[in-house]
Amino acid sequence: MKQERAKGPDQHVVNRRMTAVFAGAAMMTVGVLIFIVVYILNRGLHIVTPSFLSEAPRQMGRAGGIYPAIVGSILVTGIAVLIAAPVGVATAIYLTEYTREDRLPRIVRFGTESLAGIPSIIFGLFGFLFFVIYLDLGWSVLSGALTLSAMILPTIVRTSEEAIRAVPNAYREISYALGSTRWQTVTGVVLPTALPGIVTGVVLAVGRSIGETAVVIFTAGTSLRLPKSLLDPVRTLPVHFYILAREGISLDNAYGTAAVLIILVLVINITAYSVVNRFAARSR
Amino acid sequence: MEGSPKILARDFRFYYGQHCALKGIDLEIRRNQLLTIMGPSGSGKTTFLRSLNRLNDLIPGTRMEGSLEIDGVDIYSHGVDVAELRRRVGMVFALPVALPMSIFDNVAYGPRKRGILNKQKLQDIVEKALRDAILWDEVKDRLCDHAGRLSGGQQQRLSIARVLAVEPEIILLDEPTSGLDPLSTLKIEDLLWELVRSYTVVLVTHNPLQSARVGGDIAFFLMGELVETGPSSEIFTRPKDKRTEDYVSGKFG
Repeated sequence: MKQERAKGPDQHVVNRRMTAVFAGAAMMTVGVLIFIVVYILNRGLHIVTPSFLSEAPRQMGRAGGIYPAIVGSILVTGIAVLIAAPVGVATAIYLTEYTREDRLPRIVRFGTESLAGIPSIIFGLFGFLFFVIYLDLGWSVLSGALTLSAMILPTIVRTSEEAIRAVPNAYREISYALGSTRWQTVTGVVLPTALPGIVTGVVLAVGRSIGETAVVIFTAGTSLRLPKSLLDPVRTLPVHFYILAREGISLDNAYGTAAVLIILVLVINITAYSVVNRFAARSR
Repeated sequence: MEGSPKILARDFRFYYGQHCALKGIDLEIRRNQLLTIMGPSGSGKTTFLRSLNRLNDLIPGTRMEGSLEIDGVDIYSHGVDVAELRRRVGMVFALPVALPMSIFDNVAYGPRKRGILNKQKLQDIVEKALRDAILWDEVKDRLCDHAGRLSGGQQQRLSIARVLAVEPEIILLDEPTSGLDPLSTLKIEDLLWELVRSYTVVLVTHNPLQSARVGGDIAFFLMGELVETGPSSEIFTRPKDKRTEDYVSGKFG
């Protein structure tokens, strides 16, 4: 029996072509990513030696290592996330589980979307005027971390909110119907179920703050010395990279710094996801 | 206390915003009674069920009038511990849903929230609840498996075990078989008669055939009103109200 087909192109051909288009787009995305990573590692990895990681820079970074910048990056980013993550997740929990009306979440959503469109250098300027000058914290680890936390807070709120909203309502009803309080329901089923999504948001925030340059130059300074307290200025890896490359001090060491930065981000991501997976595996 | 009703609704009304979903329900449910609330979709039967454990409180814009008593205490009066009320009035939902955790943790969820953390004690509670829900033999060797791997019928019996584990007094079942095949449905229906020996059981169904199979007493709801109540034998053979007769004979619904 011959099948009658509607006029127009053969749908099987269209189907195959579109499959190729989507696969092509996916491959292009992965390809660009791999190209960048391989290119930078190729140019920078041979610079990365144990002494490069553990020594202080000499001659403005022309020689020596990048140890203070590694410490600076971890300190500034770590403190920023330690401030922003609890506040952000708590805000998201409040918006989803504790408010009944829709207005407050809508305002917050509008706010986060607006904030996401603001260039980071504006945050840098704000941090400089408010934390560095007005609160007189100076160029310091603390000023940088506080400004970065203000920058990533909306992202964390937003992604956590999405993750929490995605938790099926049936789970909440089951928990409440068994006589659990709101707090028990939030900690018992809502957060464990939303955790992978929340961690994804926090990891994205870590990535954004560890790679941030403009904000940090304005608020944490560019000091090459190892900070002795949170009120000392520091230089982070991207700032070091920027200065080495921009001032033409040493392109080799700039790429070495970039390679370290990329590896650092990868290590953080892999660690975060493996922790989540282990947690999820326990409940699966 | 033996003669007094377990549940007593007096002119109970319930509103979703402006919409009146229950228009004055007067209903008495005795201790260890199996009552089937039968009625078409939108008749208010689920609303009534969810009022008994105040789960409707979670929906914004709802309010109630009249009174609803359990053991002579108005559950909507001031100072009622809603969490404790829900513990006493267990609920099985229409769709079988397992919490995203192991079979054991699903059943132990309620007891743990009540502060029971002793491992041996939890194991005893979980085993008893699963036995009472007639699921133990099927899952005893894989309690640590993710509960999502169970079949729909097994997940619904797991839901019942989860409720039994918190030692309720009343068990509400909201169309518990609507997502199940006939065999799983039969297992749940048989289980109801086991449960009613120790608990007061309220079943909601839109299906007259299920009401007839289950037996017990029937309350027929229609458009937010309680049309009539009585033993299933009478409802099906000598209904007092024309609307009941039409419903059970399949003229509508």
